[in-house]
Amino acid sequence: MRSVSPSPPEPARGCRYAEGFTPGLLDPSCTTPAFVAGPNCKAADRRFNVYRNNVTVSLMNALADIFPATLRITGEAFFRAMARFHVRETPPTSPLLFEYGRDFPDFIERYEYAQSMPWLADVARIERAWLDAYHAADGGVLSPAELAAVPPDRLGYLVFEAHPATRILRSAFPAVTIFSVNRASGPVGRIETTAAESALVTRPALDVEVRRLAPGADRFLGGLVAGETMERAASAAGEVNADFDPAAAIRTMLEAGAFAAIRHGG
Amino acid sequence: MPELAIHPDRGASAGLRFPAHAIDGLAGTSFKHQHLPSILADEEQDRGFFEVHAENYMGAGGPPHAALARIREDHPVSLHGVAMSIGGPRPLDKAHLGRFAALVERYEPLLVSEHLAWSTHGTAYYNDLLPLPYTEATLRRVSEHIDEVQEAIGRRILLENPSTYLLFKESTMSETAFIREIVRRTGCGLLLDVNNVFVSATNHGYSALDYLSNYPLGDVGEIHLAGHAEQQDDEGDLLLIDSHDGPVADAVWRLFDIVIGRCGPMPTLIEWDSAIPDWPVLKAEAKAAQSILDRHAASFGQEKMHALG
Amino acid sequence: MSVKSSINSAMLAGAVAAAVSSFAVAAPLSQDEVKAAMDAGKEKCYGVALKGQNDCAAGPGTTCQATSTVDYQGNAWKFVDGGTCTTMELPGGRTGSMEPLSRDVPS
Repeated sequence: MRSVSPSPPEPARGCRYAEGFTPGLLDPSCTTPAFVAGPNCKAADRRFNVYRNNVTVSLMNALADIFPATLRITGEAFFRAMARFHVRETPPTSPLLFEYGRDFPDFIERYEYAQSMPWLADVARIERAWLDAYHAADGGVLSPAELAAVPPDRLGYLVFEAHPATRILRSAFPAVTIFSVNRASGPVGRIETTAAESALVTRPALDVEVRRLAPGADRFLGGLVAGETMERAASAAGEVNADFDPAAAIRTMLEAGAFAAIRHGG
Repeated sequence: MPELAIHPDRGASAGLRFPAHAIDGLAGTSFKHQHLPSILADEEQDRGFFEVHAENYMGAGGPPHAALARIREDHPVSLHGVAMSIGGPRPLDKAHLGRFAALVERYEPLLVSEHLAWSTHGTAYYNDLLPLPYTEATLRRVSEHIDEVQEAIGRRILLENPSTYLLFKESTMSETAFIREIVRRTGCGLLLDVNNVFVSATNHGYSALDYLSNYPLGDVGEIHLAGHAEQQDDEGDLLLIDSHDGPVADAVWRLFDIVIGRCGPMPTLIEWDSAIPDWPVLKAEAKAAQSILDRHAASFGQEKMHALG
Repeated sequence: MSVKSSINSAMLAGAVAAAVSSFAVAAPLSQDEVKAAMDAGKEKCYGVALKGQNDCAAGPGTTCQATSTVDYQGNAWKFVDGGTCTTMELPGGRTGSMEPLSRDVPS
């Protein structure tokens, strides 16, 4: 929470107007700067409030646009209250609005009133990754034929170059299922699963795709993204989950277009 | 300087670089991605232009660039920056300026514009067009910023007049005098937002027509029209909000007609950024603007012929 | 450190072969195919299925207009109202059903 003590507006001499104008934009307890007025010296409180409102509401709207499933899960009133706190605590540092909200999932994790929804932050993390993938650089995807052409005895040493849009997120909750049903337009039924789900977020062409990864597969793909050889990543995945199915994981990554190219490592 | 003349889409821009000779005017609309299928499916060969907020195309790739590249094939595009913070006291963000310049080079926009406002201070980006006092000090600073932008992109920008809700006690000159002097110092052109003139005039109790008679209409290269909303100030008097969420008000259409009657047809944009309607509604608003432009084009064409004769 | 690989090259070769052979139809669109689809006006290719969900982030700006909805002052909401979270069943038998904890109280 921000301090509630109003900061007295700076005098606006020369080029100091911005210093005096900004504190009140995100802190409603600040008074209207003394150096502004309405016409003919009319009071300017409601006039200054237009700017407070524009800043706060437009940033809350930006969060609502970036985190639509989170909004749908919590409902409008809850979401806007939560977003308002976050906007005041952490305004954007980039003029690119689509970069905003990177700290919002962590905020949700700490937010007092969201404690009963421990999976909510992970849903928000998938939403943030979705937008990163949306704006990521375009790139080609590795074709199944390219992988099939690698001599079998070289496969273990292969390393992969991730597509710029590829993101892998781990969750202890069924975050992908919750994300998916709340991003779709249909009604949200009761979600029965309680299994942990990791997410593979990709954008092989223009559509962002979010896939569910079983335990093990997330470790496998995560290892490949981090530059491990295929044998190293697969072995580590097998240690995470004895039922790890490398064929299914490879199929998923090819289908998703998670990788751009292969290199012969080792 | 940019290679304006060699690009086929740039025909209309020759006039913009010399606004006094601009007799052709196109109407255009804000480009919203949800309209793209309707625009592409539109049988009617529409010659309108589209304007985009530069910041929304500063990502590395993906659907935004695909959509803009697609629309750019068939239509002139106007690049409208909303976050350069030209009116701010701090130095411009060099990284942001670099991104802006890269977009200008990549999409060869017909028009490039920014605002007489600020939005960044310190490390925070406030996502609003904030007002500034009109003084010698701010005049110097804003002029330096515009010089810097024009140098970075290698061409002239159009500077948009703001909607404002309050005044600074320290201001020593009117907005029109400030803008006039900026044009003189930097050689920039102007984007005249007629709705902003009406909103500010109402909010500050002056006449929009007086504003326009003091405003350097000869330097205008583009016009914006938009809808506004009504609220009240502390005394219960009307306070207009530049909300861009509805049709253009009748009073603004009348002002637009007067402006075009004085300075001739200009590229004219319908801005609609909230509560965005279906494409036919937005297009109809642009057509209304086009018919006013076309009506004046006829008389301006005749005047020119008389002058030549 | 000696880590014995639980998965060797031969197993990977089998996995790749199985993955590729089952793959015939689902390959992502190439860039050319995407462009062709866009030129044909196919809606799917623009991501507009998400219209209204990422307007500010994906394209149009909330950047440049004032808002006429006054909502800059507000309270903390202590219960979930109108959301979908009541349909959630959480691990360990906890339920996601939200009981109102209190009325909305000024922060």
